[in-house]
Amino acid sequence: MPDMIDLQHVNKWYGQYHALNDVTNQVKKGEVVVVCGPSGSGKSTMIRTLNRLEPIQGGRIFVNGEDIHAVGRDINVLRAGIGFVFQQFNLFPHLSARENVMLSPLKVAGMTKAEASELAAGLLEKVGLGHRIDSMPAQLSGGQQQRVAIARALAQKSPLILFDEPTSALDPEMVGEVLSVMKQLAAEGMTMVVVTHEMGFAQEVADRIWFMDAGQILEDSLPAEFFSNPQHPRARKFLSDVLEPRGAATLPY
Amino acid sequence: MLDILHEYGLMFLVGTWPVGPLGGFANTLVLAGLGLGLGLSFPLAMLLALARTGSIRWLKMLATVWVYTFRGIPLVMVVFWAYFLLPVMIDTTVPAFATALAAIVVYESAFLAEIVRAGLDGLPKGQMEAARSIGLSYAQAMKSVILPQALLNIIPSLVSQFVSTIKATSIVYIIGVQEITFSAQQINSIEMTRALSVFLVLAAFYFVACLELSQFARWLEARIRARQLRPA
Ligand SMILES: Nc1ncnc2c1ncn2[C@@H]1O[C@H](COP(=O)(O)OP(=O)(O)OP(=O)(O)O)[C@@H](O)[C@H]1O
Ligand SMILES: [Mg+2]
Repeated sequence: MPDMIDLQHVNKWYGQYHALNDVTNQVKKGEVVVVCGPSGSGKSTMIRTLNRLEPIQGGRIFVNGEDIHAVGRDINVLRAGIGFVFQQFNLFPHLSARENVMLSPLKVAGMTKAEASELAAGLLEKVGLGHRIDSMPAQLSGGQQQRVAIARALAQKSPLILFDEPTSALDPEMVGEVLSVMKQLAAEGMTMVVVTHEMGFAQEVADRIWFMDAGQILEDSLPAEFFSNPQHPRARKFLSDVLEPRGAATLPY
Repeated sequence: MLDILHEYGLMFLVGTWPVGPLGGFANTLVLAGLGLGLGLSFPLAMLLALARTGSIRWLKMLATVWVYTFRGIPLVMVVFWAYFLLPVMIDTTVPAFATALAAIVVYESAFLAEIVRAGLDGLPKGQMEAARSIGLSYAQAMKSVILPQALLNIIPSLVSQFVSTIKATSIVYIIGVQEITFSAQQINSIEMTRALSVFLVLAAFYFVACLELSQFARWLEARIRARQLRPA
């Protein structure tokens, strides 16, 4: 399988701070990669460089064969081919669910209103919101808003969707509905990079796990290996923190 | 007071028009209207605000200097400058009305630009990021996502500024623009002894105009917000 994403020696600094340190890795077409790691390890930074929401200072990133950070490329065309789902949903609050989904098809893909509207209705149906098509974001629950955001990304008809902690802002009872939509996409062959702390999802859906710390991908393994036998000490520590937040280590003696 | 209005109502409303040029309250509204929303000041303010929030360095500096300059000096000064400088700069005589309009436009653009900028800065960063992520260009994102939200949020501040501009137009009578304050002056010099009533009528005109504008803005904002939250 050819690569969907190819990161080559990517380096990024925020001022003096080395946020991404020589990151090199690939994601194949159709793969689901879950990215995990402690807070501040650079997960968001890394995923945001993939559609150039963040600039990089060294290295190259290819998505679907296109050099994303090359000067002179029409970044809007490249971005239209990459879905992005945010932790905070970032729906456009002045537009209905349908209009949110229609925006990219209308403005970027050049569809007619009728085509875009039909596409939006179908996608909202697919994420289980067929009955809320004309709702405004403020009238939707967090889980519903995030599903609209996923439909909005799907409307770009891109083969790749990036998720930055898509369920972290949700009340616990709404996490499941969003994850199940994501599982469905994975099953349909969508290439996905998912930053998440949902280890159950990772175990069930991921093809590979990337463990990040201090701006590096310290570990890249199959879920079974990662959960049963993490190689790096920091990965072991991270797993014990995530899986057993109130574990024995924190009990007072 | 009512007899003043009765006697000079037309003069308050249109000045000496149709014999002379259009004046009075009509001209005040034309001046304020042209100077603001429909006219030049607001579009100019939008450009200034975009320049100030954008990433092109020299544009940013230019806009910042513009805003700080015109915000930092009294309107009378701008009016005087325009009165003396404009003819020299473009080497022809400039009608008083055009001079006044130019002064009001540059002066108000500075204040309006800051209001628009606050509206742009006030939106969550994620809005622009989401808009760019779906492939919209900067201009498309501004037009379809950012400005519709930002402008709605700043309607109250914009109205305050519009109201204060309507009042501020009164100052241009000093260079002979025949608006309503100019009319009041004329009436006062005919009547001599009824200054209090004359200027009370003048005040009432400004008051009613500003009140109406505020109410219109409130109605507009409520209408737009209601549409955004229409029941699904
Ligand atoms: N705009 C910025 N300016 C300066 N430093 C930043 C900026 N954004 C992130 N950083 C720093 O870069 C590091 C990596 O941040 P990043 O948001 O990628 O972490 P993360 O792994 O996504 O963490 P979390 O799990 O909390 O979301 C952090 O130390 C953060 O403080
Ligand atoms: Mg993050």
